[in-house]
Amino acid sequence: MMEKLEILTASAKYDVACTSSGASRSGQPGGLGNAVSMGICHSFAADGRCISLLKILMTNGCIYDCAYCVNRKSNPTRRAAFTPEEIANLTMQFYRRNYIEGLFLSSGIMRSPDYTTEQLIAALELLRNVYNFRGYIHVKAIPGADDVLLSRLGLLADRMSVNIELPSQESLNRLAPDKSKQSILKPMGLIKSKITENSSDLVKYKHAPRFAPAGQSTQMIVGATPDTDYQILNLTEGLYKKYGLKRIFYSAYTPVVEDSLLPALDTKPPLLREHRLYQADWLLRFYGFEAKELLDEAAPNFNPLLDPKCSWAINHREQFPVEINRAPYETLLRVPGIGVRSAQRILKARKAGSLDFYALKKLGVVLKRAQFFITCKGKPLEGLKVGEHTLLRSLMSGQELAQFQQPEVEQLSFFDDSYMAALPEAGRAATFRKGG
Amino acid sequence: MFKTTTLAYTYDGSFEGLLCCVFESYEWKETPLAIHSDGDGQGLLLESKWIETDSVKAGRVLRSIPLKISPEAEELVRLGFWSNVADKEMLLLNFLYLGFTHGRKVMNMLADDTVSALNKAVQQLRREGHHYLGFVRFSVYGPVMAAVIEPRGYILPVIEDHFCDRFQNESFMIYDKTHGMALLHQPGRQAIIPLQEWIPPEPDEAEAAYRRLWQGFYNAIGIKERKNDRLRASLMPKRYWKQLPEMNGNAPALPALPARQGQTASRVKSGQQRKLQ
Ligand code: SF4
Repeated sequence: MMEKLEILTASAKYDVACTSSGASRSGQPGGLGNAVSMGICHSFAADGRCISLLKILMTNGCIYDCAYCVNRKSNPTRRAAFTPEEIANLTMQFYRRNYIEGLFLSSGIMRSPDYTTEQLIAALELLRNVYNFRGYIHVKAIPGADDVLLSRLGLLADRMSVNIELPSQESLNRLAPDKSKQSILKPMGLIKSKITENSSDLVKYKHAPRFAPAGQSTQMIVGATPDTDYQILNLTEGLYKKYGLKRIFYSAYTPVVEDSLLPALDTKPPLLREHRLYQADWLLRFYGFEAKELLDEAAPNFNPLLDPKCSWAINHREQFPVEINRAPYETLLRVPGIGVRSAQRILKARKAGSLDFYALKKLGVVLKRAQFFITCKGKPLEGLKVGEHTLLRSLMSGQELAQFQQPEVEQLSFFDDSYMAALPEAGRAATFRKGG
Repeated sequence: MFKTTTLAYTYDGSFEGLLCCVFESYEWKETPLAIHSDGDGQGLLLESKWIETDSVKAGRVLRSIPLKISPEAEELVRLGFWSNVADKEMLLLNFLYLGFTHGRKVMNMLADDTVSALNKAVQQLRREGHHYLGFVRFSVYGPVMAAVIEPRGYILPVIEDHFCDRFQNESFMIYDKTHGMALLHQPGRQAIIPLQEWIPPEPDEAEAAYRRLWQGFYNAIGIKERKNDRLRASLMPKRYWKQLPEMNGNAPALPALPARQGQTASRVKSGQQRKLQ
């Protein structure tokens, strides 16, 4: 059992979709567990990633041969498989001890997509109907499986996902010859329509079973192919809009198999790039930004030294400074150093009296960044000198950079010429306050 | 106007007791220099006045909070009392002065030193409570489960409903070693009671096996190319590790629910949560 668990965990570890958020279900007598919509991290792995679900594959055997995948048919690796009973039992035992918030179940494709889906259904039916498990379940929809089977699966799970893996058809053709954009988008469309259909059923019949109440998500690998951040972010935006996805996860490609089409085995995963994409994704979902405001074809990749919001602000200095005591919420949100929470606090605290810089600090505003972009009662921060270097140095987060231990970034001086040139019109930044 | 005294107040450390300190301060129009609970041993430095806990006075103060300030202020005060911020008593007293002067508006005065300090303390308590939703580790022995935690703030009431809802059918205990309190649950009833000491027994074979499986899972899930100890320690601070089996902690097993639960539950210290269904 131990060996199986280790093999089937190791094969699942590159999947990032490990959050338990989005579903809310209270416990009930006779059942075990509940689901909490904000999500709960139960532990953190040595790589710092949150563990909230028992994340395993049903089997790591696969009839397909995707180049980037450890489980590909042609990769000589140890194979194992869980039975539905083993999965259900392990989930229950871990859940009782409060090790986990629920189950994340995926699988290599055994025999056929339909057969694999039937096995997944068997495991989930045991959990839900025999053990009365009310915790969180995230299941992977297998591309190519029958609609009827996928629909049954979705009624047992909280969230379903189909991984896009590669951001363009071209990359898919090269690296995942058994998959097509169509085979991924089709189940995604099915899930979306089931969720919509289900929500109108819920209005009609109070007890209609819920189809994937936490919605659907997907994952993209970053850095295995030459696709740019701009392409990825555009795809992201389209998916949120068209398929109503709840979350998109980005996974810095970690080379696991030797392949002439892929980066060499000793390539470091592009963690900082992954981080920038998450920041930008956040700006799309919670800050009202659009992909085309953040990147364009002329500058298709994020700057490693500046987060996307700072880059945007430096490029749009005509929109600053912003007066803290008057600016609407949406405008406050666009100031570097002001997040959703501090913006809300500003609105609240403004009702009790006008705010100065000292007050902002107490509200959680990161003045180090915000100071260049705001006024309080019409005045900028006293003694603030805005030179090119002070501005940029203050906006770059050394800590953030260090955390991702990117040797190529660490080695360069922050003021290395080539990076300075790459910064969005840094030269003019020095005078924008006066033009303000 | 209140006169500032050189007096310290000393009280029994209960929530009701603190409310009586507030009552005293208003009755004599005096502001104490400090408020100590009788257990903290700091009362010796200043001349101090013992404030007797009186549930009638406490009740009057408590009822006036939602009335004269707002219901949210009452919650803030309760949570502030459970936090472990230094000098929380004076902080709460100052907050109530402000609240009784400004009314509902005080909840918006986020830039005020007192209000912001109290909000921070409560935020910290809530954050710790949220952490423990994930970091509580039960050991299972037969029909019962038990966990030991060592939180900084008094978070049992914050996490109570979550676990009682989640494990409705189970008999379990969460023992807070720091505060000497335990949350007990049996199907249909729950209580937080004082419990001075409890040493978890050795795990049995099944329990030990599941801990090993969990450790195996934990070790297999990390990606070694992304190893990042600093990030992990900032997300899961080391003070939690002791009770986490995956971090080689010594999680407890084989719980023994104290006998006579029904009776012990009725001895719940005043000011602590009392709930029996
Ligand atoms: S189908 Fe999935 S498991 Fe199989 S090789 Fe492709 S990515 Fe890996």
